[in-house]
Amino acid sequence: MKRFALIHRLSGVALAIFPPVHFWALGLGLEMDPFLRWTEQPVVKFSEWGIVVLLAAHLGGGLRVLAIEFLDWHEWQKSLAALAGAIVLAAGLAFALAL
Amino acid sequence: MTALQVSVWRGGANGRLQRYEVPRYSSQTVLDVVTHIQRRLDPSLAYRYACRVGMCGSCAMTVNGVPRWTCRTHVDKVANDGRLELRPLRNLPVIRDLVADMRSFFDKWERAKGHFAGAATKADDFARVAPDSPARHAADAGIECIGCGVCYAACDVVSWNPDYLGPAALNRAWTLVADVRDAKTVERLRAIAGDAGCHACHTHLSCTERCPKHLSPTASIAGLKRAVTKAALEGKL
Amino acid sequence: MSARSDTLLWIAQRASAALLALCVTVHLFTIVYAVRGGLSAAEIFARTRGSAGWFAFYTVFVIAVAVHAPIGLRPVLTEWLGWRGRTREWFVAAFGVLLAWLGMRAVLTVFG
Repeated sequence: MKRFALIHRLSGVALAIFPPVHFWALGLGLEMDPFLRWTEQPVVKFSEWGIVVLLAAHLGGGLRVLAIEFLDWHEWQKSLAALAGAIVLAAGLAFALAL
Repeated sequence: MTALQVSVWRGGANGRLQRYEVPRYSSQTVLDVVTHIQRRLDPSLAYRYACRVGMCGSCAMTVNGVPRWTCRTHVDKVANDGRLELRPLRNLPVIRDLVADMRSFFDKWERAKGHFAGAATKADDFARVAPDSPARHAADAGIECIGCGVCYAACDVVSWNPDYLGPAALNRAWTLVADVRDAKTVERLRAIAGDAGCHACHTHLSCTERCPKHLSPTASIAGLKRAVTKAALEGKL
Repeated sequence: MSARSDTLLWIAQRASAALLALCVTVHLFTIVYAVRGGLSAAEIFARTRGSAGWFAFYTVFVIAVAVHAPIGLRPVLTEWLGWRGRTREWFVAAFGVLLAWLGMRAVLTVFG
């Protein structure tokens, strides 16, 4: 369980860095094109996939937290953590295929 | 007959590990090992125990990195390659050797208002509490705590934030919040909410995994989170 | 911070989390769909500008991010960096304001 909580925290910290950059880039308006060309690079594409995996991991971990905090206590929360992991994987794969 | 290689913490905070060789038997507990060291090898060793049968929690200490009751821990379960490492409970100051200072643990119990506060007097009739009611089930799930400190030692948030009240104090507070006879619910909720209280629990579940009485402080803390949320939204906090 | 304000922050964190779960999913599917065949700024803006519905959606999205990220970082600052007190609260609030400002600027650029 601690592992899931740590992944949740670390993915959250990593994700907090992303929005300011993303928002700044969008704010460039029509001057965005050179930046958009830069994002075609493989390393950027890989990072985008990474961000989606982090998002899925954080979302999965967050669902685990919400289940523990708001739903009645049962042993199936362990299965829920496993489900969260499965969702992470599925989301990452789906995005990788779409890219 | 094989021997156990046992490393034991000696001294205070700036102490060190000392090695002992202890004969290994079948059906041997870690408490047996420590007692052997103190009685046969080194009488200067300080450690705690009382009941020896898994009722009092006095023998709690760190065994190969994990907080446990030594009287209830069979050597066969934990001694990988015949090695044991014994340290005092984590997150508490060391008095000497394997003895931890439990004062901050119980101080936090106080800060979390872990004592019953009823409103009835001798003139009132008995309180009627249905044992099957959800509130009573919730309270019953947590009342068997004997204050051994294992959950407190297992908790990462306690390590990271010295102000954090910790799983035991919060568990106790929950059993009282869930007690319909208790009259100081709002004061209690105010005492346990916040960065040093229930909101600092990050659901690692180390406490629940390690509790020797199979309690779940995480579940109790979740109950507190819900109770505090309700009180805040109703303007009672 | 008082018990009450800490509780309200906790509630805001869970509420914004629920909102974000929805917004992020919608956003990712929309982006994957929209980006087919490459993108340029002009192409994007031709679709997005003047769309009141998407403007509203992304405004909600930005606010949710500006609430969730700073409150999420707050305990990490204390537990892993030992940062406590007023300065921590100011930093967290400033980060929220920065996200809200940059975010609304982006929303106005793309959907205005």
